[in-house]
Amino acid sequence: MNRANMHVWGWLLLLPAAALLALFTHYPALATILHSLYSTARPNRPSRFIGLDQYATMLDDPVFHQVLWNNTIFALGTIPASIALALLMAVWVNDRLAGRGFLRLAYFTPTILPMIAVANIWMFFYTPDYGLVDQIAGLFGFARHNWLGSRDTVLGCLIVLTIWKEAGFFMIFYLAALQQMPPNLAEAAALEGASRWTFFRRVTFPLVMPTTLFVLINAVINSFRLVDHIVAMTKGGPDNASSLLLYYIFEVGFKYWDTGYAAALTVVLLALLAGLATAQFLYLDKRVHYR
Amino acid sequence: MDFDSWAFPGIACAYNNRRGNLAARSGGSRTPGAHCGLATGGRVSEIVVESVSKLWGATKAVDAVSFTAAAGQLLVLLGPSGCGKSTTLRLIAGLEAASAGRIRIGGRDVTDLPPAQRGLSMVFQSYALFPHLSVAENILFGLKVRKVPATERAARLQRVASLLGLDTLLERRPSQLSGGQQQRVALGRAIIAETPVCLMDEPLSNLDAQLRQDMRREIRGLQQKLGITMVYVTHDQTEAMSMADQVILLRQGRIEQDAAPAELYARPATTFTARFIGTPPMNLIALADGAAGAVVRGSDGPALFDDKGDGLLAGIRPEDIRIAERQGVPARIVTVEYLGADSVAACTIGDQPIAVRTPGRLNLKPAAAVSLLWSPAALHLFDAATGRRVDDDRLRRVRDRAFVASA
Ligand SMILES: Nc1ncnc2c1ncn2[C@@H]1O[C@H](COP(=O)(O)OP(=O)(O)OP(=O)(O)O)[C@@H](O)[C@H]1O
Ligand SMILES: [Mg+2]
Repeated sequence: MNRANMHVWGWLLLLPAAALLALFTHYPALATILHSLYSTARPNRPSRFIGLDQYATMLDDPVFHQVLWNNTIFALGTIPASIALALLMAVWVNDRLAGRGFLRLAYFTPTILPMIAVANIWMFFYTPDYGLVDQIAGLFGFARHNWLGSRDTVLGCLIVLTIWKEAGFFMIFYLAALQQMPPNLAEAAALEGASRWTFFRRVTFPLVMPTTLFVLINAVINSFRLVDHIVAMTKGGPDNASSLLLYYIFEVGFKYWDTGYAAALTVVLLALLAGLATAQFLYLDKRVHYR
Repeated sequence: MDFDSWAFPGIACAYNNRRGNLAARSGGSRTPGAHCGLATGGRVSEIVVESVSKLWGATKAVDAVSFTAAAGQLLVLLGPSGCGKSTTLRLIAGLEAASAGRIRIGGRDVTDLPPAQRGLSMVFQSYALFPHLSVAENILFGLKVRKVPATERAARLQRVASLLGLDTLLERRPSQLSGGQQQRVALGRAIIAETPVCLMDEPLSNLDAQLRQDMRREIRGLQQKLGITMVYVTHDQTEAMSMADQVILLRQGRIEQDAAPAELYARPATTFTARFIGTPPMNLIALADGAAGAVVRGSDGPALFDDKGDGLLAGIRPEDIRIAERQGVPARIVTVEYLGADSVAACTIGDQPIAVRTPGRLNLKPAAAVSLLWSPAALHLFDAATGRRVDDDRLRRVRDRAFVASA
């Protein structure tokens, strides 16, 4: 087979996957951008080109500001905590201890559960009076509290739940990375008299850095991508206090049927995620890979 | 591990330079370690292992093993794969807990102490270098952990690096080094600790023949110069014979023989030792009673010596046998293997196989009839049932009454 032929073959083999990707990923993304430049069609008013008007509306939209702020808090609350917890759990269950298989399974369980089921479990935890949280708080003499019904606590509740769900998932990646580490590194360090903490700080943590980058990017994407628990638990309430960007897009698009504005919001979300991922790669990639 | 053809001369060259430096710097000084400041301070660092056992479930990896490595000695643990060498070493290091027995280092009972408090360093078989740290950081890891002041750290690093020829490689990562260089880093990490005891687990197993020979000499030189007590694990008998003060041959977790290399070669205590040491190893030939004395089983003479032969194994080293025209024991050639400096001929006497090693090239066709000769002193005898060497008196009597003698 000559060279040109080989290229043709290569492209032909790639074609089915590329076609699907273009049809369901690239085309919708481009269509969304285009769509955001048009007004939403109404029964009496057909859609027309309005340029960047939707984006201008966004700047004055208090709900948009609120959900962006909420999402920032949500991301800052969930990402570092779930990653730290995942690493801690992985180091812990990687040790030779009795029943570690059971422990690994226990930590991983939240990941297997569908978000809706998780939401149900935590709804019970947060129920005023009867819920687990209130019952335990009651033991220490705290007054009852409507955890999901209060503007001050609702976002925090969702953050805790998300950490609980995500940490187990990230733990699996860390566990895989830790198992790649030759056990005699720990032995060599032990011979030198390094404490567990020193070994973690000087050896384990740097060596799992590539995993941390991977997990970090996933965590960032997830913090903008998770809506199931909001749909199931709070519907963004009370008073948009727990609404995140994607949930707001869902509301705008499928409750108010303002598809043009929803498209514009989607473009913002995409740009945000692309920007964050690029920044992480550019900034961290240099310091992550030691080979 | 492979070396590019162009990379290898570089290593060999670095090595040669280093030799030169060492020789120059040692000057006339005869005192080991006196000139380089890496001495272990003359601390008594004898290692005593007292009936130590290690069980993995039901398998006895190490079975009531006792031995002593005298201070400043290089002791080799030798044995086939799975005989418990690594386990013994890890027990001394404290990386495994002993199921029974005591371990003392420098007179101190360390059996229940964690590895760091045993005052030893270790070179792992796979080096165990930290892949994300530079050579310098790898070597300094332990000193930093122990909070040795920075100025002293730098001075010690300088000494060790020049000793091992690593000066120009200090900023590299382990992945940017050749196998031999990585090994030297592992060695550097062990000797910078200046512990009186150093343990090594097959440190040369990944190197090619040439580099292995160089490193062997280097490690031995370093050990003697610094007066380190070293326990060295290998399954390579050449390594053991060429480096050791004392060799412990292990077999299935038990000590088969504990002796100096020369003794191990000259007076193997068991058939196992006899079969393990030497290339090719000692021939073990079953004997039988003949009319005129002991004959090779399955042959009708001549008698090897004037005594009973049943239940005995005659041990003769291939290099002690000569091929002659007549007079000796008739044998038949099976194959001849030419090795360069010498040839190894596989022969049979009766139904017993016997290898013969002769200098130069041997021009004999398979099935050729030959005659084998050896001196009485080359004859060893073992009890076929127990595998143990017969006692000296009996052996002397037999050697006095030997018939086959090389002229
Ligand atoms: N962690 C373990 N669990 C169970 N059995 C083990 C363990 N480590 C070693 N063993 C067993 O103990 C015996 C001795 O092992 P060891 O590693 O000491 O052998 P070795 O002499 O170093 O062999 P090699 O030359 O192949 O390295 C072997 O039979 C091995 O299967
Ligand atoms: Mg081993």
